[in-house]
Amino acid sequence: MPDIIIQLVYFLGAILFILGFKKMNAPNTTKHGLLLAGVGVLITVLITFFHHDINTNYLLMSAALFIGAVLGFVKANKTNSESMPQSSALFSGLGGAAAAAIAAVEIIKLGPLTDIAKYAALLGALLGCICFSGSLVANAKLKGIIKDTINLPLHHWINALVLVVVVTFGVAIVLNGNNFEINYLVIFFILALILGVLILLPIDNDDLPITSALLIAFSGFAIGLVGYALASPAIMIVGFLAGSSALTISKQISNSKKRPLPSMIFGDEDSAKSELKKTRASKNIKEINANDAASIMALAKNIIIVPGYGMAVSQAQHKLGSLSKQLINNDVSVKFAVHPVAGRMPGHMNVLLNEAGISHTLIHDLEDINDEFESTDVVLIIGANDVTNPSARSDQSGPLFGMPILNADTAKNVIVIKRGDGTGFTDIDNPLFYQSNTGLIYGDADSVLDDLLSNLKSI
Amino acid sequence: MDAFVALYIFLLAIVAGYIISSKVPAIFQTSLLSGASFINSIILIGAMIVLGNAETTIQTVIGFIAVTFAAANAVGGYIIASRLLQLFKKNNDAGGE
Repeated sequence: MPDIIIQLVYFLGAILFILGFKKMNAPNTTKHGLLLAGVGVLITVLITFFHHDINTNYLLMSAALFIGAVLGFVKANKTNSESMPQSSALFSGLGGAAAAAIAAVEIIKLGPLTDIAKYAALLGALLGCICFSGSLVANAKLKGIIKDTINLPLHHWINALVLVVVVTFGVAIVLNGNNFEINYLVIFFILALILGVLILLPIDNDDLPITSALLIAFSGFAIGLVGYALASPAIMIVGFLAGSSALTISKQISNSKKRPLPSMIFGDEDSAKSELKKTRASKNIKEINANDAASIMALAKNIIIVPGYGMAVSQAQHKLGSLSKQLINNDVSVKFAVHPVAGRMPGHMNVLLNEAGISHTLIHDLEDINDEFESTDVVLIIGANDVTNPSARSDQSGPLFGMPILNADTAKNVIVIKRGDGTGFTDIDNPLFYQSNTGLIYGDADSVLDDLLSNLKSI
Repeated sequence: MDAFVALYIFLLAIVAGYIISSKVPAIFQTSLLSGASFINSIILIGAMIVLGNAETTIQTVIGFIAVTFAAANAVGGYIIASRLLQLFKKNNDAGGE
């Protein structure tokens, strides 16, 4: 097939990718956008069979395509909705690994690559390897295979040292031209993979959504760089587009969590966290039962419900739906306040509340509702912790300082449903729980809400 | 490819990516990320060219791995993205917009 046709199809493919991706950022066009991008992949893959550079291994290629497709299909369908962001990162990790593998072959081939192209390929390989091994660690953490955050002594320095060594080997490979030592390349790849593991080990589970976004960004940049080595503008554009987008989004998520982005790569100071943990005093907690809580709520004129990860864990959204209906029937005004980072991914709470049939007109963002807490009779907090922690406003030395929080503490009464005596994911004590107008109900959110509902009905 | 042409492509693609994702509401961040993850599978065409042009056994093996991984990225990424979009679409429709 004439090269011009293939190049035209790649051009068309790139248009479909960009257009499709652009449509994915608005609610009404997302599905259409994904379909366009899907068509983009399909036509570019099909036309590649006729690419003039392809002259062998057709059978192997079909086999690899088939095996990869089946693996992707099985894994993607097995993923539950909680771990979608990490799964996205895992698949991007595979893309990054593919980019790294391509870079390796391009370097081995001793082809006509310029030095700049070699540097691009190696940098792409480095990012691709980090993304690959990093996403595997992220998934192991999510599955509980790796339970703790692991901090080696001098972790930052080890990371920096490995990075310097990797870069040195990379430079040595390029400077030696076609006479480079093949072992250098092997060491380069092994160290790059190790670096990905080292970077991910100290990351807190709660920060994994940000890190996953970053890994997707790494993979995008890796692909763009390798696209340059392959002299393929289509691969470059799409890779850099995806990389820049994912980077922008990870920046947004880290801003709304007040977690500095660089600390997601280089780790951050854990001293502040552990300090707080140590000095946690046994302060006064007022424990109440479901009956008390139901009567407080029955007397209220307005209630704001703050759902969090605890609700998702116990799948309590349906009980919450019934409870809110009951309250509305009792002429209580009910609103839901959703913090941008409540749960494990942006939009997590919205999805669950919707599943329970709660109208989205009742669901409010932080900015919309934060001023209303003051004039609210009761705030019901279900398994949310850090996003309501008032020390984010006041404790300048605290790790949450500056993070926008829901001003639940300003309400007249606060009822908190909590699994246990623990702290949130950030392990920071929440002064809200010790306020005199706060009552805590310990227990699984689903069964507590059940109790609340039956008590409320009998009032 | 001329390195400066590549640099301009880089610049424009970065700006486009920033514009597309800078004003996304929080609840669509996750699905847009899954979209970014999916379109990363364009590397599949590079992987195919490497495998189809392999000269030695080692190149064939690496190329085979690259095609397998990139194909998994394409199919898995598509499914994850569409499942996420469904989750959020349902959410959006429920409000009766």
